[in-house]
Amino acid sequence: MEQLQNMKFFVSLVLIFTSAAFTDNILLARFLGMCSCLAISKRVDTSIGLGGAVMFVTASTTALNYLMYNYVLIPLGIEYLRLIIFIVIIAAFVQLLEMIIERFSEKLYYALGIFLPLITVNCAILGIALFMLNKPYTFWQAFAFGAGGGCGWFLAITLIGGIREKIKESELPKGLEGPAITLIIIGIMSLAFVGFSGMIKI
Amino acid sequence: MVVGGILVSVGISVGFLLGTGLILALLLILAEKKILNYGTCCIDINEGERKIEVKGGGSLLSSLGENNIFIPSACGGRGACAYCKVQVIEGGSMIGPVEEPYLGTEERKKQIRLSCQVKVRSDIKIRVPKELLSVRKFKGKLLHKRPLTYDIVELRIELIEPKTIDFVAGQYVQLESEEYDEHDRVMRAYSMASPPSDKNHVELMIRKVPNGICTTWVFEHLKEGQEVVFSGPHGKFHLSNTDAEIIFIAGGSGMAPIWGILRDMKEKGNTRKATYFFGALTRRDLFFVDKLTKLQEEVSWFKFVPALSNEPAESDWKGERGLITNVVASYMPDCSKSEGYLCGSPGMIDACIKVLTKAGMTEDRIFYDKFV
Repeated sequence: MEQLQNMKFFVSLVLIFTSAAFTDNILLARFLGMCSCLAISKRVDTSIGLGGAVMFVTASTTALNYLMYNYVLIPLGIEYLRLIIFIVIIAAFVQLLEMIIERFSEKLYYALGIFLPLITVNCAILGIALFMLNKPYTFWQAFAFGAGGGCGWFLAITLIGGIREKIKESELPKGLEGPAITLIIIGIMSLAFVGFSGMIKI
Repeated sequence: MVVGGILVSVGISVGFLLGTGLILALLLILAEKKILNYGTCCIDINEGERKIEVKGGGSLLSSLGENNIFIPSACGGRGACAYCKVQVIEGGSMIGPVEEPYLGTEERKKQIRLSCQVKVRSDIKIRVPKELLSVRKFKGKLLHKRPLTYDIVELRIELIEPKTIDFVAGQYVQLESEEYDEHDRVMRAYSMASPPSDKNHVELMIRKVPNGICTTWVFEHLKEGQEVVFSGPHGKFHLSNTDAEIIFIAGGSGMAPIWGILRDMKEKGNTRKATYFFGALTRRDLFFVDKLTKLQEEVSWFKFVPALSNEPAESDWKGERGLITNVVASYMPDCSKSEGYLCGSPGMIDACIKVLTKAGMTEDRIFYDKFV
């Protein structure tokens, strides 16, 4: 009986993770985090760098914000402050993370260092933290939702980076160069991701 | 009663926001103190020539600046100008993404780094050009700013702190502009036109560059009596230790170092022969002609040749006409025993180098200061 419960719990985590990553892709289905995506997705390696950093930060801040919301804001009856509090927590967490990375891993600092400040103002992260509140998640489910959302953003920006790297050499009409063609690519890709919708419902 | 309830909830939310903000800010400050504390680090310059102790964590550029060693930098440490290159032999951090584009393979082999991007996190060994150790930061007061031509002004600055400057005629200083409109402070190089004997003054000649950040500041915002900040002396443009005949070529504000050198030569009782070719477009670009002609009359070794390239044919100009390169070529058919000192735009310098080498001057005898 207990085993079955554990199994169910685990399956729900996997489902939440995949649905957040694919069917509800934060970048391609919700169009959040677009500004940094347009700016950074010129090359695959920078895309992976920023994507990885976003994934890590979303997973951790969603968990932190879950704790904050359920154990501080609700008991005090000030849920309506969630937007401000979430922003402050994300910003402080990113700052702290930047310091820790700078101190302990120079390599990681240079790989992620310039992306971390960008993340502070990435709306995808705030978006995931706010969407998390729409469902009655437990702590680990919220964590899986955050990690899945970050993973979806990582996946999307890496794919876009790959495509942009390929079309760099091609001749485009002048008006379509740069962000314009990227937006078109994102549009077509989000059509593809629409195909996932309906596969998982949670 | 209802009002009381609203007040309480407003009080709770405001208090909570303030509290969270304060706690997080405190946490960050504490973290910065604890995590980013590297203790005292020792910077060893030129194999023990100078050793300074600094608080770790800052950039190499600012740590050196705090100890009165000024590496040239125009952007103020943002990694945009790439002037602040130094050789870091030991203890430098990894090459970061900001400095990546500014370092060539040769420079990487020599361990050249942008000092504004190198953080001092441990003891560090660096090598800098010797003359940089004598560079200082000066504070002065602008005594006067007067127009020399329609687009060149002369600044005379009285030194306040430190009170004197030691330099060789021909060197330059880096003038620091103040913030104005939406422009940050910038540093730009200007040659000193004053002779080294005038130890507590510095004179600069500045030509207005359209949209130039520093020159616009000088022309439109800087006022007489105002405090100015600069660092110096910099540069290797000065007379050699030979007896060879000297050919000076410069136009416009390029006269500054040459005017300094000429006055220095006169004061020191020089006997080397020298000719100064001053190239300009029309008569309104000429200045100091009276002073240079007077010098020509006073001493036997000096000859002054102003030349105009765009002067209308019907004007009463009696001096040379034509491009300065052609004038030099006609006056100096054989330059094989002379030395050339050039000052001006890169285009003019390249053209003059061509003319001089054609007349027999080897490139190692041509010295120049390109005004970029």
